[in-house]
Amino acid sequence: MSNVGHARALRLLIADDSRTDRLILQAMLRRQGHEVRATSNGQEAVELFASWRPDMVLLDVMMPRMDGMEAARRIKAMAGEILVPVIFLTSLSDAGALAQCLESGGDDFLPKPYNSVIIEAKLGAFDRMRRMHETLTGQRDHIRERNQQLVREQETARRVFDNIAHTGCLDAPNIRFHASPMSVFNGDILFACPRPAGGMHLLVGDFTGHGLPAAIGALPVAEIFYGMTSKGFSGGDVLRELNQKLVRILPTGMFCCAFFVEVDFRRGMLRVWNGGLPDGFLVRSDGEKEALASRHLPLGVLKPERFAAPMVEYGARPGDQLLLVTDGVLEATNSEGCPYGEERLAAILAQETGNRSLSDVVLEEVGAFIGDAKGTDDLTILSLCMTEQDPVVGRAVVVSQSALTGPGHWACSYEVENGTLGTFNPLPLLLHVCMAVSGLRQHSGEIYTILSELYTNALEHGILGLPSAWKISPEGFSRYYAEREKRLAAVEGHAIRFELSHRLGSTGGRLIIRCIDTGPGFDTGKILKQADDTGTVRYAGRGIELIRELSSALSYSKQGNQAEVVYDWQLADSGSGTAPV
Amino acid sequence: MNNKPHLDEEALAELRDVMEDEFGILIQTYISDSRERIQALHQALSDNDQDAFAKTAHSFKGSSINIGAARLGDLCLEAEKAGREGRLDDVRKLLPELESEFATVRHLMEDSLLA
Repeated sequence: MSNVGHARALRLLIADDSRTDRLILQAMLRRQGHEVRATSNGQEAVELFASWRPDMVLLDVMMPRMDGMEAARRIKAMAGEILVPVIFLTSLSDAGALAQCLESGGDDFLPKPYNSVIIEAKLGAFDRMRRMHETLTGQRDHIRERNQQLVREQETARRVFDNIAHTGCLDAPNIRFHASPMSVFNGDILFACPRPAGGMHLLVGDFTGHGLPAAIGALPVAEIFYGMTSKGFSGGDVLRELNQKLVRILPTGMFCCAFFVEVDFRRGMLRVWNGGLPDGFLVRSDGEKEALASRHLPLGVLKPERFAAPMVEYGARPGDQLLLVTDGVLEATNSEGCPYGEERLAAILAQETGNRSLSDVVLEEVGAFIGDAKGTDDLTILSLCMTEQDPVVGRAVVVSQSALTGPGHWACSYEVENGTLGTFNPLPLLLHVCMAVSGLRQHSGEIYTILSELYTNALEHGILGLPSAWKISPEGFSRYYAEREKRLAAVEGHAIRFELSHRLGSTGGRLIIRCIDTGPGFDTGKILKQADDTGTVRYAGRGIELIRELSSALSYSKQGNQAEVVYDWQLADSGSGTAPV
Repeated sequence: MNNKPHLDEEALAELRDVMEDEFGILIQTYISDSRERIQALHQALSDNDQDAFAKTAHSFKGSSINIGAARLGDLCLEAEKAGREGRLDDVRKLLPELESEFATVRHLMEDSLLA
């Protein structure tokens, strides 16, 4: 755009039926340094334009064999997106005729007599316009191309992302959710994974920022969440690992607001952790609702040694619903620029929604509020309904190798002592040892449940001496867990030992799990008898019942501080795991 | 009725400068084209073709103005208008005036070429 005063060499086409006018104009333009070709009629001008592609065209209005206006129309059509200025050479003085010239596609007039100075100035101005147009269309094409490339890259990235996060159980019948297919590029994540012992983990997250950086952060989150959950790690363990990873990989100022939920259908319990997301809601089937406010900093902010992941526990009955939303819902604005906000959300939840899922209700309300269905693309909403039956139980890992490969005959012993009892969960490690046997992998849920029940009984009843009767009432429930924390902190001189052994047969195998605690033991006769009487004993009783259901045999030592479980498994095609080896 | 010069000396000097060696060719071309145009005007008048008359007068006007023959240009404009509006009496009166003005211009041009 510099060099304004000095004309650049242009290719110019002249069409004029008057020879003298043609001679004069040609001479003037050549003296200004341009390359010029001239013709005497419109038809030839159109043909010359097609073959020679001049930068600008100067046309007489009245010419034989196609007049200037028709030639201008055709030349403009041929030029397409390229700006080819068309200037009419005229001594017309009638305003109507001049206007008609411009309507046919002309850009300006050059009056007779020709004046060198005016011609030079006009051509200079049109050349600047022409170049600017060229730059703009070039930049537009470049932007369009880059944008297409970006969309292609995002689609590829999403496929990779879906491959990592696909094993989720968001399709469970009791979960309803809404998220844009490309929500990962809005920084929103939504995961659900069944736990080996039954129940599931849910994670709703919102990364600061948008686009690729947010999506990249979501990858390790998915990997850790699904990997650790299916190995049997607790919510707290998964959260600590997520935080540690995000602190390490995310740049300063970037983090992930998250809502983590551990769902236990069997016990009718929800354990929640909210770090920076809007309030979640637990809406009881009788309409009563509890807000689950954020009590923690988002993931990726605190150094691992300062990060705490205590989860708040809620009892939940079948029909109770949990609702989680990201900022997008509260920030959704209507045409007047007014955000949806917390009050409106709370008002919706106060209404009678019947059996409808809260996710559907909220999505519908927000959509109606913003008055544009397209705007719901940024919303991420999840609702979960508590059910009597675990909706995802038995979602076994598919075993591809032969079930009889891996270690067949082995035994091991693992002991957890004193302070470690309160700070370390040995179950994933023990499950991992068992999972080395291929044939046991499809039974990981049952084995985890057995290990977990044995460990809980040994720790909470055997060593800490907590009475299970407390857990029957809501007040006792919190008292139970408060007391558990207190006694756990003071544990001294105690240990829990697991002794595992396995033998492989021709069509299956037998796993023997022994769990020994250093507690005083208990009256086995009484407990086991109570367990038979299903009406009166709840939690502790159900644990023992469950182990019995899952295993071939359950026995206790005389003092009651040593339990032994026999677990027989068969190859899948030779029947279920009840027949002896 | 018209105070414009027969031939704008300044414009002509500029053309001489622009055209360089081709100045002579330009003048010759103008003179021969103008003769043809006057012929064509007569023809159009006898054919009663007012459209052809107006178009020829229009082209004649353009090149006359460009070459510096301002008074002739004005006469051409008058003739173009009269032809377009079908004022044949005016056309008949203007044509000889136009011819005599062209004769004057031609003489001046030829003198200028010799100078």
